[in-house]
Amino acid sequence: MSESGGKPAERKGAARRKAALDPRLAEYRGVWVFVERDEQGVHPVSWELLGAARALADQLGSEVGAVVAGGAEESLESHCRDAVAYGADRVYQTVHPVLAGYRNEPYAKLLCELVKKHKPEILLLGATSLGRDLASSVATTLETGLTADCTELAIDRESRALAATRPTFGGNLLCTILTLNYRPQMATVRPRVLPQPKKDHGRSGQIQKEEIDLSEEEMVTKLLEFLPHAGGDRLDLSLAEVIVAGGKGLQRAANFSLLEELARALGGEVGATRAAVQAGWVDVQRQIGQTGKTVRPKLYIAAGISGEIQHRVGMEGSDLIVAINTDPNAPIFEVAHYGIVGDALILLPLLTRMVRGQAVATKTSGLEVCSSS
Amino acid sequence: MRGPNIVVCVKQVPDSAQIRVHPVTGTIMRQGVPAVLNPYDLFALEEALQIKDRLGGRIVALCMGPPQAEAALRKALSLGVDDAVLVSDRAFAGSDTLATSFALASAIRQVGQEQPVDLVFTGKQTIDGDTGQVGPGVAKRLGMQLLSYVCRIPILDMDSQSIVVHRWTEKGVQVLKSKLPCLITVLEGTSEGRFASLPEMIRAARQPIRVWNRQAAGIEDLSKIGLKGSPTVVGKVFAPSRRAERAECIEWEQDQAEKAVSLLWEKIRARQPELVEKLSGDNGGENGQERVSE
Ligand SMILES: Cc1cc2nc3c(=O)[nH]c(=O)nc-3n(C[C@H](O)[C@H](O)[C@H](O)COP(=O)(O)OP(=O)(O)OC[C@H]3O[C@@H](n4cnc5c(N)ncnc54)[C@H](O)[C@@H]3O)c2cc1C
Repeated sequence: MSESGGKPAERKGAARRKAALDPRLAEYRGVWVFVERDEQGVHPVSWELLGAARALADQLGSEVGAVVAGGAEESLESHCRDAVAYGADRVYQTVHPVLAGYRNEPYAKLLCELVKKHKPEILLLGATSLGRDLASSVATTLETGLTADCTELAIDRESRALAATRPTFGGNLLCTILTLNYRPQMATVRPRVLPQPKKDHGRSGQIQKEEIDLSEEEMVTKLLEFLPHAGGDRLDLSLAEVIVAGGKGLQRAANFSLLEELARALGGEVGATRAAVQAGWVDVQRQIGQTGKTVRPKLYIAAGISGEIQHRVGMEGSDLIVAINTDPNAPIFEVAHYGIVGDALILLPLLTRMVRGQAVATKTSGLEVCSSS
Repeated sequence: MRGPNIVVCVKQVPDSAQIRVHPVTGTIMRQGVPAVLNPYDLFALEEALQIKDRLGGRIVALCMGPPQAEAALRKALSLGVDDAVLVSDRAFAGSDTLATSFALASAIRQVGQEQPVDLVFTGKQTIDGDTGQVGPGVAKRLGMQLLSYVCRIPILDMDSQSIVVHRWTEKGVQVLKSKLPCLITVLEGTSEGRFASLPEMIRAARQPIRVWNRQAAGIEDLSKIGLKGSPTVVGKVFAPSRRAERAECIEWEQDQAEKAVSLLWEKIRARQPELVEKLSGDNGGENGQERVSE
């Protein structure tokens, strides 16, 4: 989380508008996160958002609130406690049978009512199918500003407004968006764009029960059934700890097996550029970047990837980035930590062998020897 | 039974694949970037056209934009929509998603004056704004049921005014049953698009497009549109910062690939020791991790 450091000239507009801030808006306090959950668990993006909310609230000197809702009491309690452990000071907990399974109508109603009642200054949601659906509805109903797919959230010192930065013009530029004269200021952030905060079981927070008046008869849309995705559709690249990604530089679909072998040896997943997806070499589920997934693995190996901005935005948060490319001037070397200039088709199998050797070595003797034969 | 009256919202967007940033000044080079119909809207159009193929009815394509956005509507006409409305007024300049949803909702109400609207379709998002906020916003403004990220419409029954859709989510598909009127945002890849036939193209070129200014679109309240109706303000636009240091590249001689890779592996191990430690467990046959029974 950093300050939005703009030149003063660029913020003149913001400063001028500040004077006009309606005193009613000053009542709005606190940074809220809508916690996306179901019986199986909480979407990690909600914890990532709580980490960001914590930093924003500390800067503003206000509280972090978490909205946790569902159809039954069971797992809800533990999700509320987790929200506190991840940074919430206060959890607004609502249980109602109508809230079992996400539907726009009751959830939008709940969130709008809670906002009207408690007046948070900032409201954050994950940029998921649920979060986008809900955030847009709530922002429209409350007639306030919503900034989608932010890559950075900060507080603008002069106006005390949320400075929400997002890619624009096909990812070629970034723009910082402010909501000055409306509250709450809303934003969505994609999963894995923000780091996951540390869970602190020692934190204390208040869990506050909130009633809502809903009835199933009034709900026009009914949830008939839920069909879980089968097999490949279930793949969640954004959770992988290791990703071995390839691009057009691999030259042929068949060469993607080199990535698969290395990924398997490392216990990771295969990722790809849009160019590789469009060539039909790999499934679109594996696309990383602006129009694909955002990932944050511990290790990201980019082979035959030029590193255009639209790809980089999806992977530059990775802990350790290694690039293999024949072109020493490829932009991927600007984001990578380590690089090898060379042919991926030759280097990948060598690396796979090295990793396998390591695995055997560690297992049989516990020695940290890596044989290169 | 009458066929459904459908509105499809479309947008004209710059072909972002062709947008380039000036390498020195970091500004957008807009000149010569062609405008296209937002690719995601093609799926919305196709879904509407398939309904019309089955049940008849009427499709109106609706676009908000400058006069030249007419081209997007011609494209929609050539694919088979019946009527096209361009909502265009200087007063809309600077609209964000909230103001845009207000203007579109108002125009849809005007379309509804001619005949009640049963279904509104939009694409999942645009390729220039990329927000996916306008469709849901329009639904709320109109008080319609919102069905977003729809990948299939197995049932649409005009007699009972009911609809069943498959809504995509990250974990699976929700089967939702709802009532008309509703607004559907269509997921990409739901269907193969169609190509315009020659007669349709000729018809599209000749057919007049209705152009509505703010008043014709039924908008009286100027505070809801344009810059005034837009809560969000663009603070600054800037080029993404590049990391100061470049990658540390491993130097190597042509015949020493193996040595280079081993050096690289050393570096990875040094930086991510826990990851490498886990390899002994996750890899190489048996599972080294303890299983905890419930
Ligand atoms: C609106 C928009 C959205 C986009 N969204 C995405 C997105 O989500 N994800 C994405 O990835 N892209 C996206 N793109 C496309 C992006 O701009 C690039 O075109 C794309 O990432 C390039 O893919 P690539 O690196 O595989 O191919 P190329 O750019 O063709 O690069 C291939 C690289 O391989 C190297 N190479 C060649 N042979 C070898 C070899 N034998 N060994 C090693 N290296 C070799 C070359 O030096 C080159 O650097 C988007 C573009 C636009 C306009």
